[in-house]
Amino acid sequence: MKIRGAATLFSLMAAIVLFAGQAMAEPITIEWWHAMRGARGETLDKMVKAFNDSQQQYKVVAVNKGDYGEVVNAGVAAYRAKKHPHILQAFEVGTMTMMRSGAIYPVYKLMADEGYKIDWSGYLQAVLSYYVDEKDNLLSMPFNSSTAVMYYNVDLFKKAGLEMPSKTTPLTWDQMDEITKKLVAAGAKKGMVTTWQSWIQIENYSAIHDIPFATKANGYEGLDTEMAINNPKVIKHLERLKSWMADNRFSYEGREYQGANSTFVAGDAAILMESVSGIGNVQKNAKFAWDIAPLPVEADMKQPQNSIIGGASLWVMLGHPKEEYKGVAAFLNFLAQPDMQKLWHKETGYFPITLKAYEELKQEGFFDKIPYQEVGIKQLNRTKPTKNSRGIRLGYFVQIRNILDEEMELIWNGKKTPAQAIADATARSNEKLREFEKTNK
Amino acid sequence: MIKRSHFSSKGLAYLLITPQVLVTLAFFYWPAVQGLVQSLMLSDPFGLKSQFVWFENFQRIFTDPLYLKSIGITLFFSLATAFISLAVGLFLGSMANRALRAKALLRTLLIWPYAVAPAISGILWLFLLHPSYGVVAYFLSEVIGIDWNPVLNGNDALFLVIIASAWKQISYNFVFFMAGLQAIPHSLVEAAAIDGAGPLRRFWVITFPLLSPTIFFLTVMNIIYAFFETFGVIHTVTQGGPGGATNTLVYKVYQDGFIGLNLGASAAQSLVLMVLIITITVLQFRYVEKKVQYTM
Repeated sequence: MKIRGAATLFSLMAAIVLFAGQAMAEPITIEWWHAMRGARGETLDKMVKAFNDSQQQYKVVAVNKGDYGEVVNAGVAAYRAKKHPHILQAFEVGTMTMMRSGAIYPVYKLMADEGYKIDWSGYLQAVLSYYVDEKDNLLSMPFNSSTAVMYYNVDLFKKAGLEMPSKTTPLTWDQMDEITKKLVAAGAKKGMVTTWQSWIQIENYSAIHDIPFATKANGYEGLDTEMAINNPKVIKHLERLKSWMADNRFSYEGREYQGANSTFVAGDAAILMESVSGIGNVQKNAKFAWDIAPLPVEADMKQPQNSIIGGASLWVMLGHPKEEYKGVAAFLNFLAQPDMQKLWHKETGYFPITLKAYEELKQEGFFDKIPYQEVGIKQLNRTKPTKNSRGIRLGYFVQIRNILDEEMELIWNGKKTPAQAIADATARSNEKLREFEKTNK
Repeated sequence: MIKRSHFSSKGLAYLLITPQVLVTLAFFYWPAVQGLVQSLMLSDPFGLKSQFVWFENFQRIFTDPLYLKSIGITLFFSLATAFISLAVGLFLGSMANRALRAKALLRTLLIWPYAVAPAISGILWLFLLHPSYGVVAYFLSEVIGIDWNPVLNGNDALFLVIIASAWKQISYNFVFFMAGLQAIPHSLVEAAAIDGAGPLRRFWVITFPLLSPTIFFLTVMNIIYAFFETFGVIHTVTQGGPGGATNTLVYKVYQDGFIGLNLGASAAQSLVLMVLIITITVLQFRYVEKKVQYTM
């Protein structure tokens, strides 16, 4: 009979599956939700495959859950339903939310519990410092870290008869004043454009000049922090950029990175301030000679501080069986190995997180071949991070960035003066900070 | 006399409506109650710490001048989006209704854009009208010399998101208008023509009043669409900028709740949004529906 035949076949198959499962001691599955797509996602998959091939006990399954915001959202929803992954990638602005959540297993503790003795001083300090608690303990594993640098169009610089900027000594903003003038006079449609305006023109600007972005050590030392951007330096910087708009020496191309990036790549802007993770895109699409220099500094800043990082880190989530955390620790340890870090840096432009990987890249002559890849690392490592430059730790930081975007746009379209916009941004952001403080008391 | 069927026992009747009631309770009332509770609380996204704060979230949004401004933007945005998509939908509908050849093909082509998700519609229009890489924007600024810059100019940005949102909805309206137009008896239009009424007069005096039930239904639907479903367009095109010029209520809900993970504020806002849309719909039914002619 047909039906009975099918039933027999089915039970036979079930038996085979069950038997096979018992025979081969199923590896423990470790789930990792991330936001890496395109070429970055492919490199990530290579790293996961390398780990899975290196041993039989654990199997890491990496799942792309959309962009940064969507990944954190998916993690939150899953945690409420108790179906969350072991590892969740969260962007730097979500750091405060994650560390305060009570849903995470701090990485320093996990590694110690699982018997890994890690010398954290062998890591890039400017990267690590973004993710440590007030006692300098690492809470999440840095994964993709970048910083902002200055890309410039070599052809347009030559046309304007300009000298090429140094890869280590930053230009001063006074020099930028002259340079952008000459560039526009020599026919560049726009002098300078910027991506991520809050991150580069306020957060990084403040860090490099060693002025606080927020009180209480940029929020590291207490929830009762307040915005500190209402200071003459930041206001003067924004006034300068606004004044440059009159003769196209500066042009606003929109939030995030798409607008400014495509303006630069099209050859319409001579200078682009953008994350080092944008190197791939410029490499692929720019039809002209270009190079990278550090972000400019004010002339009176003789010893500029390190710039701060952007990107994301890996958070280990609570609520899984003990033996699975052994696998998580093994995987995080594996990711930090020089081979993996070198692969990650070469293919994505994100920084290697250990000094050892950085040294090995140097010895291999990687930076001699592609010197612009090193500009960001050097800018990040040029000094020991101070309280103003190690990072920013604010609740509802995503909304604060949004407020800054809004207020800065009102500067660019002339509806507010920089002083007014910064005062308003401060007041609005402080309200968010108080709300977060109240929620997390 | 309308025929009524009677159930012999009430039990069967209740049994038959139970599934519908359960679905409504589970997927409508339960989340709505949750939203209401959430709007009275301050809580962290993971749900481990929360406290009851009465109406603090509401107090906060109503003392925020930008929120009040956002209500104004939303009303303008919704009315403009609904008007444009209705007007163009009606125009295309009446034209397609008169088409002599390839009627089916025309109809199919005009219905297609409805399959496009709002976010994708936003991206498409962005590729046309973005000042840095938009083809049409290039034409506007380089050839015609219009100072078009939605990245910097709030009005340009609002115009862009209205066009992108309305464009997608035109197809929906088109389908309903086509159906409505086909239900209008030819004899009426012909009689008017014999009496010497020109095409425009025939449209205003015969077609338009007879279409009024469709127009009323679509107005309600379009306003609801513009209120709730357009955040995808705004997210991909302007993210509420520049300087909050396109920050509609529903986008703020999305921004605060889903991106910012500020659940209390977001829940309070969505409650306000709900009250607002209920009010608008009730007003429409009370005052506008009186002008609708349901019978011929």
